[in-house]
Amino acid sequence: MGMTMTQKILAAHAGLDSVVPGQLIKAKLDMVLGNDITSPVAIKEFDKVGLNSVFDINKIAIVPDHFTPNKDIKSAEQVKICREFSKRMGIVNFFEVGQMGVEHALLPEKGLVVPGDVIIGADSHTCTYGALGAFSTGIGSTDMAAGMATGEAWFKVPEAIKFILKGKPRKWVGGKDVILHIIGMIGVDGALYKSMEFIGDGAHALSMDDRFTMANMAIEAGAKNGIFEVDEKTKQYVEEHSVRSYTVYKADEDAEYSEVFEIDLAAIKSTVAFPHLPENARTIDNVGDIKIDQVIIGSCTNGRIEDMRIAAEVLKGRKVHADVRCIIIPATQKIWKQAMNEGLFDIFIDAGAAISTPTCGPCLGGHMGILAKGERAVSTTNRNFVGRMGHPESEVYLASPAIAAASAIAGKIAGPDQLGLVISEK
Amino acid sequence: MNAKGKVIKYGNNVDTDVIIPARYLTTSDPAELASHCMEDLDEKFISKVQKGDVMVAGRNFGCGSSREHAPIAIKASGISCVIAETFARIFYRNSINIGLPIIECAEAAQDIKDGDEVEIDFDKGFITNLTSGKTYQGQPFPEFMQKIISADGLINFIKSSL
Repeated sequence: MGMTMTQKILAAHAGLDSVVPGQLIKAKLDMVLGNDITSPVAIKEFDKVGLNSVFDINKIAIVPDHFTPNKDIKSAEQVKICREFSKRMGIVNFFEVGQMGVEHALLPEKGLVVPGDVIIGADSHTCTYGALGAFSTGIGSTDMAAGMATGEAWFKVPEAIKFILKGKPRKWVGGKDVILHIIGMIGVDGALYKSMEFIGDGAHALSMDDRFTMANMAIEAGAKNGIFEVDEKTKQYVEEHSVRSYTVYKADEDAEYSEVFEIDLAAIKSTVAFPHLPENARTIDNVGDIKIDQVIIGSCTNGRIEDMRIAAEVLKGRKVHADVRCIIIPATQKIWKQAMNEGLFDIFIDAGAAISTPTCGPCLGGHMGILAKGERAVSTTNRNFVGRMGHPESEVYLASPAIAAASAIAGKIAGPDQLGLVISEK
Repeated sequence: MNAKGKVIKYGNNVDTDVIIPARYLTTSDPAELASHCMEDLDEKFISKVQKGDVMVAGRNFGCGSSREHAPIAIKASGISCVIAETFARIFYRNSINIGLPIIECAEAAQDIKDGDEVEIDFDKGFITNLTSGKTYQGQPFPEFMQKIISADGLINFIKSSL
């Protein structure tokens, strides 16, 4: 039986010629990642093993991004634990405030993850790096500790679902809408324990930022990982950002898939996920009249330069609604500076939006934009469970940067079309 | 290894944000986490749960974040075992790694009612509803995972093999 992209990567890292779904393997790791919430627990567990060193000081990344810049004393203590451990162990990739970014935007930018890698991260959105044709998956703190100690992790080889993407998305429709559409279609456990493998001319038409967005939300369908076929765009991105060599794995013609979906990208409309599950998808023409209090544009899902540009295109010459707080969070220092130099910050500030230093902040109800009882936010983040962004009686509607920006102006959930913005071919 | 207790039952898609909201992730102390366990879904949980109780839930239990604080909070609250129709994969891994007993059994998860008394033979994956008299066979663990469980977690397992 042929192998999927994921199966090939796992086989290679387990030193096996081939693997089959359900098989238990031990794979060598190219990167072990943690943040300020998950690393302290991992460090405590690591110290129990009693080793004096980590398996490879270059293959670990600790990125304090969730509750930073330190949101309170307890958070400061957690970051301190991360900092001291990194120094003690000689971990090269520790990113201090001023250097850091949101981890899943930062690692590809810093060239730390490349095609063909096996990456584990103590953060569920570690699946993001599948956009680069790597096997990348979220794990817990104990697995992170074990990974730091041994440089290996056990896996059960997953089955795969194939998504054949065709055509090109319309104006204002991007990776976020495509993935919300898919999660709406298959449900929050529709890909449970499986790989989501994205191929087709449509996949190749998507930008790298769109692919990062889609792979990022594979976990929201319950997937073990999401992965895109490597093409010239991938190679160009990787060669621009990394000095590392890489391996491209293409699925065999006779690889087997539990399901195959064909998705016509041109048919997808702007999509919003209503509370309180990412699968609660509605197209923009079916949202009804929903007044909002806050908009967040940022996160590991949609905090990249293209997301900033789209938001600026909608906000240009317009004002954020008087009853709405619009908070824009470029995901890394490089993106921050690029957005500033492109004049996007002038647009944001003139519109009445607030711009934050990189942080995960409000996405998980940490800081930099928490919701009070009864408040509603439209957000480019990735989860809308009860209490996700603040009070248990607040609501989060997940959407693309275009919808988020348009909603900030309208004061309710809206698309750019409703603001009288001209629709031209992308 | 056996577990026996009163059932506290929940529905589908019980996510890690309701198991332990992010506003409490400034600590990793099990007792502190336990005091906020299930708060945003069932604020009565922490006052009604007793040591040995069994949590029963529907599909996709523990979905969402990878936060290990979630199974840590559940374990520290006194819950002796979680029976669910299906588990989200990161939560499943984390539970085995920290020694929170879990069993996947769709029939048991659907049948068993809140307040029932159940007994679980964890080694055999055998569930007995003492209140209704019905028995169920849960998904057995692969041998590799059984070794981690009998070593009481992944770190102990690694230490013993170094």
